[in-house]
Amino acid sequence: MTTPTMLLLLADGRFPAGAHAHSAGLEAAVAAGRVTDLDTLGEYLRGRLATGGLVAAAFAAAARGAAWSAGRANALARLDAELDARTASPAQRSVSRRQGRALLRAGRRIWPAVTFDDLPATPDGPHQPLVLGLVGAAAGLDPGQVATVAAHATVTGAASAAVRLLGLDPYQVQALLVRLAGACDATAARAARAAEEPPERLPAAAAPLADIHAEAHVTWEVRLFAS
Amino acid sequence: MRATARLVARADRHGHTVLTELRGESPLLLRQVSAPGGGVTVYVVGGAAGPLAGDDLRLDVEIGPGAVVRVHTVAASIALPGRPGAVSRMLVRATVADRAALYWLPEQLVAAAGCAHVADAQVDVAEGGVLHWRDELICGRHGERPGNAEINTWVDLDGRPLLRQSLAIGPNAPGWAGPAVLAGAPATGSLLIVDPARPAQSAAVCGTRARLPLAGGPATLWSATAPDAHTLREYLEPDTAPDTIAASGEAEERGVVRVG
Repeated sequence: MTTPTMLLLLADGRFPAGAHAHSAGLEAAVAAGRVTDLDTLGEYLRGRLATGGLVAAAFAAAARGAAWSAGRANALARLDAELDARTASPAQRSVSRRQGRALLRAGRRIWPAVTFDDLPATPDGPHQPLVLGLVGAAAGLDPGQVATVAAHATVTGAASAAVRLLGLDPYQVQALLVRLAGACDATAARAARAAEEPPERLPAAAAPLADIHAEAHVTWEVRLFAS
Repeated sequence: MRATARLVARADRHGHTVLTELRGESPLLLRQVSAPGGGVTVYVVGGAAGPLAGDDLRLDVEIGPGAVVRVHTVAASIALPGRPGAVSRMLVRATVADRAALYWLPEQLVAAAGCAHVADAQVDVAEGGVLHWRDELICGRHGERPGNAEINTWVDLDGRPLLRQSLAIGPNAPGWAGPAVLAGAPATGSLLIVDPARPAQSAAVCGTRARLPLAGGPATLWSATAPDAHTLREYLEPDTAPDTIAASGEAEERGVVRVG
């Protein structure tokens, strides 16, 4: 059974899955001088939402859709391979799997009665959107709500990182998020619709600079965020 | 305009590639030119301007075991607007068999103002097959803002997903010119090399180009944004891209080349 509070708990940045350690590529974009103020942050968030955000939300919704199916292990393995094929950058694959591990750890502790054992047993951990789909199922969310959590995390993670990285006014950043709420909802709705397609047809929206930023960032010796 | 074209290549008993089928229709005409070394080179000759919105073009390519084919185009294609609401489509479906090689190295796609273009590629590479696949997109002619263009590249290796990539630009693609996607670069593209004989290379980045080893097999994607078509081509030349990125990466940004 879904309760509004369950949705809020999963979307909350304080959910103990380590989201605060990630900037969704923003740290590298700031270092490259491409995001410098509120306007460029807004453009960054719009682009991120339409590319990586859409893909993550669609895969999370698809994993949620497969959560109670008989062929769940097979469905999740296919989604894992399809998401790998949509993540050209090894650094981004590694970040997604690291975030998946952290969320899985939280999921197992919070819902001990729920099995997460059908997730693919990849050495680096399952992709984060797949785990989010199963955690969402455990929390009683439907695919559309899971997609909303994923799209929301895409923009809020980078936005709160922007406050720290650029010293932006938190009120102005929050006002930006309010302006982006409609785009966020539209992305989630589009992702949930797309998630009903077979795995190979799920969105694959690419962003060349996301790959380039991620590969540059992973080489830094000192960084504020893990991605 | 609707047009279909088909190219089928086989290796004869001497190992030479022969085209058992080569047919097309305007504006999708295929011409074989002589090539050294037993392989075959085919040029796609645009028989008309475009693609114009409303055009529906389809090319099927089948490379049989041991055959080697290079495909080029004679000039850049320029996606242009047509009647209101219409979309131009180009679908390329290719299969590459064991020990076969397809070098798909066309000229750029230029997305002109007001265009509405979708380029779809679906490529199946068998285990032991070789594929070089280059996509280059120029966002508008000189000083022009592009219309909507979408390049979808779907590649399977040995029946498993290897690469799924949709790049969308134009008014319908939020944030495409912004700092998360292209940061205003007018040229972008990628070069995929699937080759089991090639030594595995680590990920590397240099400026706005990256070398990305893929998860699904012996394959690497070079991805880049560039200030112009000429620079982009330098970044995505199959013979030189692998070396230049490593060399310049080491020279300009020490420690940038990493293992993994």
